[in-house]
Amino acid sequence: MLELAIGIILGGCALGAGCAMIAGIGPGIGEGNAVAKACEAIGRQPESRSAVTTTMLMGCAVAETTGLYALVIAILLIFVAPGRFVEILLNAIK
Amino acid sequence: MSKKTTAFKIRDILFITMMILPILAGILLKVLFIPASDGISITGAHVFFTIDFPIQPLIISEAQVNSWLVIISLFFFCLFMTNGIKAGIHTKRQVLAEWMVESVENLVKSNMGEYFIGFAPFVAAIMALSAFSSLLSLTGLFPPTSDLNIVAGWALLVFFLITYYKMKCGPLHYLKSFGEPVPFLAPLNIISEVATPVSMAFRHYGNILSGSVISVLVASALQGLTHLLMGKLPGWLGEFPFLRIGIPAVLSIYFDVFSGLLQAFIFAMLTMLYIGGAFALEDYLAIQAKKKKTRTKINT
Repeated sequence: MLELAIGIILGGCALGAGCAMIAGIGPGIGEGNAVAKACEAIGRQPESRSAVTTTMLMGCAVAETTGLYALVIAILLIFVAPGRFVEILLNAIK
Repeated sequence: MSKKTTAFKIRDILFITMMILPILAGILLKVLFIPASDGISITGAHVFFTIDFPIQPLIISEAQVNSWLVIISLFFFCLFMTNGIKAGIHTKRQVLAEWMVESVENLVKSNMGEYFIGFAPFVAAIMALSAFSSLLSLTGLFPPTSDLNIVAGWALLVFFLITYYKMKCGPLHYLKSFGEPVPFLAPLNIISEVATPVSMAFRHYGNILSGSVISVLVASALQGLTHLLMGKLPGWLGEFPFLRIGIPAVLSIYFDVFSGLLQAFIFAMLTMLYIGGAFALEDYLAIQAKKKKTRTKINT
């Protein structure tokens, strides 16, 4: 019975981490759009290359934030949460 | 060219050894105190010891120690770069040091304005600390930036600076900025105020940590692949992970070098933009002018 409970905890954590990383779609599309527009801008005005590149990198970094929140949650679910939950379970049984 | 004196040379050698010594000390600490893993387990920073405190014990971990080692190394790097600096005589080292200072000053001037030129050393320090902390993973040590606590400390520092510059126009002005478009949006404004340091810390930490996690996963996958392909070979040939030689290094160029330097640049840029954006210079100057006027009125 205990094995089943621990298995459910581990499976739930892994599933949750996988679901959390669905958020990676958003930054992917957003950064793709940003880079596409930056390429267009450089094509139109090649002399403004350095300024456009710097601005694009800044925008990409800010757009990445939501994906990184999901990543941090996934990492916590994989590496930290199972130990905590199993500990809680064992304490409850005692 | 002036002749190099012996004192100059001795100082040079001293600074260079003091630059390398912290890294060697870090490697020694790692070899002596941290139990070896087989390269596949992903763990956080190793905790050396804890100091008891009333509210919560203070943990001295690998990340903090490595961060201090980087700080000491950078301190002696700065001393080395400015050793024997003189007006007019241009050695290669002096030109390089002047280029560094000037480029950071130009960056600060173009992003924050002339008023904030005193922030150039702070920005340069954050950039150098972040970049060299990320690059520390090239020596095999634990990079301090892949621990959330270190990066959160820097982000908290930036948050205090932002609040200080918002407060500079007066506390009332600061409180009024929360009800900016309409007063009932104040909770959302408070959330976005708190989200600034959180997002800065998570961005830096997440980028570095995800790189190291992916590197470890690829390395373990390559080990499994070699075992599958060459497991039948006799003796040590069958156990030696041939595919792990060289291939993970290509990933390391992107994740350790490029991503680390890019995140250092982005952290410094965001620091500049947030602090520069927090300070309403025109309002501040208007308030100062008004104060001056009333003071002169009272005096006369």
